[in-house]
Amino acid sequence: MDEQVVELTVNGITMVVRVEPRTTLVDALRDQCGLTGTHAACEHGVCGACTVLFDGQAVRSCLLFAVQSPGHEVVTVEGLTPSDGGLSPLQEALRRHHGLQCGFCTPGFVVSLTAFLAGTKSPTDEEILDACSGNLCRCTGYRGIVRAVRDVSRGLVE
Amino acid sequence: MSSDGVAARFVGQSIARREDPRLLAGRGHYVDDASEAGLLHVAFLRSDLARALIRRIETEEALRLPGVVAVLTAGDLQDAGPSWTTSSGPTALAPPLLASGDVRFVGDPIAMVVASSRYIAEDGCELIEVDLEPLEPVVDMHSALQGTVRVHPHTDNNIAAAIPETEHLRVDSAFRDADLVVTRTFRLARCTNVPLEGRGLIASWDPYSRQMVIRSSTQSPHEMRAFAARVAQIPQPCVRVIMEDVGGGFGQKMYPTREEGAVIAAARRLGRSLKWVEDRRENLIAANQARHDEATISMALTSDGDILASKINLLSDVGAYPTGTPGSAASMASLCGNGPYRVPDFSLQATSVYTNTCGKGAYRGPWAIETIAREQMMDHVARQLGMDPLEIRRRNVLRKGDLPWTLASGVALDDVSAETVLELAAEQFDIAGYRAEQRRARTEGRYVGIGFSLCIEPSAVGRGFWGSEEAVVRIDPSGGVTIMMGTGSHGQGVETTIPQIVADKLGCRLTDVHFVQGDTAATPFGPGTGGSRSAVIAGGAAMEASSRLRSNVESLASHLLEAAPEDLEIADSYVSVRGTPTANLSFAEIARAAYIDTDRLPPDFELGLEEAARFKPAQPFTWSTACHVCSCEVDIGTGQVRLIKYHVVEDCGTMINPMIVEGQIVGGVAQGIGTALLEDMAYDDSGNPLATTFLDYLIPIAADVPDVTCAHLETPSANPGGFRGMGEGGAIASPAAVANSIADALWPLGVEPSSLPLGPSQILALLSTESP
Repeated sequence: MDEQVVELTVNGITMVVRVEPRTTLVDALRDQCGLTGTHAACEHGVCGACTVLFDGQAVRSCLLFAVQSPGHEVVTVEGLTPSDGGLSPLQEALRRHHGLQCGFCTPGFVVSLTAFLAGTKSPTDEEILDACSGNLCRCTGYRGIVRAVRDVSRGLVE
Repeated sequence: MSSDGVAARFVGQSIARREDPRLLAGRGHYVDDASEAGLLHVAFLRSDLARALIRRIETEEALRLPGVVAVLTAGDLQDAGPSWTTSSGPTALAPPLLASGDVRFVGDPIAMVVASSRYIAEDGCELIEVDLEPLEPVVDMHSALQGTVRVHPHTDNNIAAAIPETEHLRVDSAFRDADLVVTRTFRLARCTNVPLEGRGLIASWDPYSRQMVIRSSTQSPHEMRAFAARVAQIPQPCVRVIMEDVGGGFGQKMYPTREEGAVIAAARRLGRSLKWVEDRRENLIAANQARHDEATISMALTSDGDILASKINLLSDVGAYPTGTPGSAASMASLCGNGPYRVPDFSLQATSVYTNTCGKGAYRGPWAIETIAREQMMDHVARQLGMDPLEIRRRNVLRKGDLPWTLASGVALDDVSAETVLELAAEQFDIAGYRAEQRRARTEGRYVGIGFSLCIEPSAVGRGFWGSEEAVVRIDPSGGVTIMMGTGSHGQGVETTIPQIVADKLGCRLTDVHFVQGDTAATPFGPGTGGSRSAVIAGGAAMEASSRLRSNVESLASHLLEAAPEDLEIADSYVSVRGTPTANLSFAEIARAAYIDTDRLPPDFELGLEEAARFKPAQPFTWSTACHVCSCEVDIGTGQVRLIKYHVVEDCGTMINPMIVEGQIVGGVAQGIGTALLEDMAYDDSGNPLATTFLDYLIPIAADVPDVTCAHLETPSANPGGFRGMGEGGAIASPAAVANSIADALWPLGVEPSSLPLGPSQILALLSTESP
């Protein structure tokens, strides 16, 4: 397989990486860009642990190739976290409501739900439940995640 | 105020978890996040036949692929040491690290390719030629029990373990004298744990330093160390296992597995660092599976609904290569007897059989069939007698006056809260209101149901390998407190709860306590985290070690402050003389005397501020109790089930962190919903696994889990702190609550399920065969 040099713009920074055409975006982010917050848990687009923002849209980075990414803006969980040791309102709400246990699905939820909250003002409970149903979690039973999103959507978290 | 006069400031509080900031920020450190110079990657070539002879393996073409460093088969690892686990011991059937001569299930690892990347290693696997001569597999557990095909050659039968039927005169006479005898068989589908992070490790062997370092996604770092030393045939002190963040386990990572052994043996042979991280397909087909059990229950009753005795015949499919002891789930089921009911007589026989499928492993309450079957049986029997399922439970439940109650196994239930949790659950759920709603719905042609499930959970086994834990607590020269334990917390929040205990016991600030686990070089031996043991056993060790350290602090402070130890108070990391607040010393000042200004102390004074304690509970099990109530609506057109309301009343003794307790309950309930409605790791008759992706093996999503409300009782156990384990109860009790709600909804249609899961196709099939 021939390696190519491609430019990835991730979290506002352009990086130059060497990848094969078949290298998935999640693998390039993890292995080439040193951004290990994005996790590969199924590699077939169901679980959502690999979710990143791609030009602002939540997408499965296991279903994208790195070579599809030049010219696009990729944002990972690292790019959604304040750089000073603090947490975003959604992250703070997840902590408050015990919306995580082992943490492996958590970055995917943070990215997916950040996109949802940015795009939906005053979501109904049904819309919130639907938004939480695109990622798999095996530990929490989801109720803490749902409560966290509800709080953030109502502006209850700093 | 706890019993020894130390105020509980932190135990009982829903303190925010220490683990969370790094996990939320994507800065958790899981095995696949680690890398090092010269790291090589492993991929396994696996059998696509359930039973076959290996006639030929050709690896030359794979070896020629640029980037491939080695291709190993069973012969290359024949110098490896034994792969049994400590709790099973050397007599257990220890599988070969790689299939040797034959394969025994689809997914059986035949060869491993070691290459510069996982991508190239998988390319290498595709270039290996394997000739398999197919043999007829045995897939069905009844065929395995009765037929002639042997999963393992040179065995007389496919029986992995058995508890034989024994004569039990009182049970037999109860059945003879009963007004009614009811018998029914309940079945569970095969399930699998599905931690979001699969198995994985990095094993590094340096032949010059003679050290092996392993980074492991495990629940049991010290067991991984012992296992690695045996497989690699090096002294255990030369092995270091580092466990950092682990993405779930639920029992699947409690025992080291073959692939991990193969990677360790290969690292030893090659003198390199090897990484293997399983992908989801491997995790679904080759990591251990669970719950494939059938229980035939017979109950002997009076016409009023008093249960006189019960008998259970368990048949379990343990696959080709089970981990842990293949009979342990049956013996735990036998331990629980009739559960939280006043039924004196009970007998159990059980058989575990091998089949040509993936091996069975531990999954959150491995013995759950005893509750899942019994609680469905209670509802079935109630319907036979024309009684409400709540009433038959009220009639037979253990009351406070019945305690202590000796189970048929001889183990005592001393202070379970069976009657209280049942009554509170019924009251808080508004059963009467739901029954009215149910009647109203039926007039509208809608089918709504309510299901109960009552269970006792045997936690914190206090015997053998799993029975004890050690804590080392020290105050360092800065006055900071560190506690080191051999636990393997992987989502349960032990990093948060143990400091809560230490801070209360020692009198220091919570933020001054730091918890170290997961590195065998830094922690004392412990069997790992699982089996609902952390609160009781890890908590007990932390309490005892902290108590001893507190005595040292008081002894030092007593000398330095010239006051009697009983006149001292400790709070917020300061020791002061009661009534004279200006006479005080910080932990840092005390530490300075203990470590640096030691000349301030008398010559015979015991120096240092570090204590260790190993704790083992006095009783063999610590019991928790729970009652789950579930309501559902079944759409008889589509077969879909909608869960409406779910309530849990439970007693897990003193709660260290209520938020974490509820997280364990709700997470367990979600898994039970999966067991009841969605999860089926099906195999076809040729032994091919059919659910190899998340599109086929369905685990619950947010929309599948209703709001789960919880109410807590706190009946202290006899253990230090009054703790009881409860991590598995949510998953044990919930499948029957859901199943019973469906049965309650469909009973007017003459339908009574007895197999799980109850997905739409199963419900429609039941409805199409109902008697008019």
